[in-house]
Amino acid sequence: MLKIRNLQVAVEGEPILKGLDLDVAAGEVHAIMGPNGSGKSTLAAVLAGRDGYEITGGSIEFLGENIAELEPEERAWRGVFLAFQYPVEIPGVTNLEFLRASVDAHRAYRGEEATSAVDFMKLARATSKQLRFDTDFLKRGVNEGFSGGEKKRNELLQMLLLQPKLALLDETDSGLDIDALQIVAEGVNTLRSKDRAIVMITHYQRLLDHIVPDKVHVLSGGRIVRSGGKELALELEEKGYGWLEEAAA
Amino acid sequence: MSETASRTNPKGDEAIDRHLEREYEAGWVTDIESDTLPPGLDEDVVRFISAKKNEPEWMTEWRLEAYRHWLTMDHPNWAHVHYPKIDFNAISYFSAPRSQADGPKSLDEVDPELLRTYEKLGIPLHEQQMLAGVAVDAVFDSVSVATTFKSKLAEAGVIFCSISEALQEHPELVRQYIGSVVPYRDNYFAALNSAVFSDGSFVYIPKGVRCPMELSTYFRINAQNTGQFERTIIIAEEGSHVSYLEGCTAPQRDENQLHAAVVELVAHKDAKIKYSTVQNWYPGDSEGKGGIYNFVTKRGLCAGERAHISWTQVETGSAITWKYPSVILRGDDSVGEFYSVALARGRQQADTGTKMIHLGKNTRSTIISKGISAVRAENSYRGLVRIAPTADGARNFTQCDSLLIGDQCGAHTFPYIESRNPNATVEHEATTSKVSDDQLFLCRQRGLDPEKAVSMIVNGFCKEVFRELPMEFAVEAGKLLEISLEGAVG
Repeated sequence: MLKIRNLQVAVEGEPILKGLDLDVAAGEVHAIMGPNGSGKSTLAAVLAGRDGYEITGGSIEFLGENIAELEPEERAWRGVFLAFQYPVEIPGVTNLEFLRASVDAHRAYRGEEATSAVDFMKLARATSKQLRFDTDFLKRGVNEGFSGGEKKRNELLQMLLLQPKLALLDETDSGLDIDALQIVAEGVNTLRSKDRAIVMITHYQRLLDHIVPDKVHVLSGGRIVRSGGKELALELEEKGYGWLEEAAA
Repeated sequence: MSETASRTNPKGDEAIDRHLEREYEAGWVTDIESDTLPPGLDEDVVRFISAKKNEPEWMTEWRLEAYRHWLTMDHPNWAHVHYPKIDFNAISYFSAPRSQADGPKSLDEVDPELLRTYEKLGIPLHEQQMLAGVAVDAVFDSVSVATTFKSKLAEAGVIFCSISEALQEHPELVRQYIGSVVPYRDNYFAALNSAVFSDGSFVYIPKGVRCPMELSTYFRINAQNTGQFERTIIIAEEGSHVSYLEGCTAPQRDENQLHAAVVELVAHKDAKIKYSTVQNWYPGDSEGKGGIYNFVTKRGLCAGERAHISWTQVETGSAITWKYPSVILRGDDSVGEFYSVALARGRQQADTGTKMIHLGKNTRSTIISKGISAVRAENSYRGLVRIAPTADGARNFTQCDSLLIGDQCGAHTFPYIESRNPNATVEHEATTSKVSDDQLFLCRQRGLDPEKAVSMIVNGFCKEVFRELPMEFAVEAGKLLEISLEGAVG
């Protein structure tokens, strides 16, 4: 589904990713771990098409199409979803409006009619309930005055409504207490399916206890320096990243 | 004008006849084509206007006093707007309503940008022509609608007519109230307006009456012909309520570049006046050429206890806007409100805000101002909150938020607070924010294109004000902002 070859990315002239290769097949869950500053969030931003990240080499292929030159919304329509590490507030725009506009934009791309207000309300309510949001949550401004945990759950809500093909989770577990982590993990697990791929960027093993990955990669110095099964995460938890960095150097 | 129109609507005939008759009575002489004065302003011009309208002598005298006072005044230059000096002798102060010779002959001669906007707003063709100033036949529909409208209002005892008509039929009321809230000495443009005002609306709501419908300039006969110096008076007697809507969302073109309107509101004891404006005068082309200069004095007086005056405005048009709807809170426990969205894009300049003058005890005022600047526009909020020594327990809350789109535009806030009573509470909050890259990216990642994303963010920013607008206006205002912002994001 996702095929990254020799990806090189610079931010303000500074190389961050230096030849990254990654293959993610449909149905798989991958975890990308690594020390601070290794390029994890850059990878997520580049895949989603954020401005300010210059691709200086390599390719990103998604479902057989090179998406490196596409606008962020064009990638979103094709099924790329990024759950943000720091979701921003959009004051005055209610969650419901935002979610509906977003779902309708995707439907329009697929040539489907816009949702009816009633149907969408039902769907949004049911999905919010699944993430343990109370009913007035949909009327609140997007992330406006939300706690850290609420913001992260809200990302999940958007993801569940959009049903993406490739879900990128950028440190979705950071700032969550155990209860919230479980809610988020349950939500992500309901998305696991044979035609969808999930890529989680995380610092911590604990998320992987709840969402068990098929593959774990270690990103260091702008490259994947080690890949393995879920046991690799446990090894990292024990030994840290130092031994890998030394080995890579 | 309807005089030249052919009659295609038999049902409307009677209404039109009455309309024509009234026009004649009101002093609009039938031979309009010859009624345009050459440019220039002197006492004879003022007398001519007054005579044309068959005004009582006191009105003529008042206009002349205003004119003489205007001569002693200087053009104000404190506002944060820049424009070439206006030559007041180059303006014609009395012209036939919508002179057909000067306007565009067809829509082909109209700024294509303007037409694109009309299409997006879904405005029917004949209305497009009217708005763009193309000569068209009278719109019979609106005449008959207005007539039914009027009879319903008459039943309730509400007077809603043009100032010219009111001067003929209710001169004593006009005399009592004109200049009572905005004296001609008030400011340069108010003095000019007092001398040469062309027409405007007159509304009188009798004691205890709740006006049965929203009053809209759209329905007022002759609404298009009020000209550049509009004068409006609204009086709400004790315990009455009225909601008045002014303007329309479609950009209006006008040959008159200078507009200087005066609006006076008087709310007596327990009365409530809600005045909503959506203003979208032609802002000029992309270089700012041909845009309207809009210098407005709007003021309300809460004359009695518990009177309530609320101004809500959405301003997106004009090359230059200079406008400060204000409330004088004289009655104890009276309430003044100002909710404003001012959007300036391209080369537009807006200097707008409000004044809340607290005189009575326990008077309360709320100011919510949302300024949006895009591209190379300059947007200023200028507000005064004055608490008099008599205003024990007065309270004001002011919130001014500015939103910037792009990095070549400006937002400025000039709040003035003068509190002369230690028992008063004045709160002021101000924020300036940018439509951030993070917000845009979030929206785009969720599938919204950049224009949709910006319009959604801006609409959210304005929500507190839109909430105050009558429902259908609020929807239109949202759409208007969306269209106004097109092309504002790179």
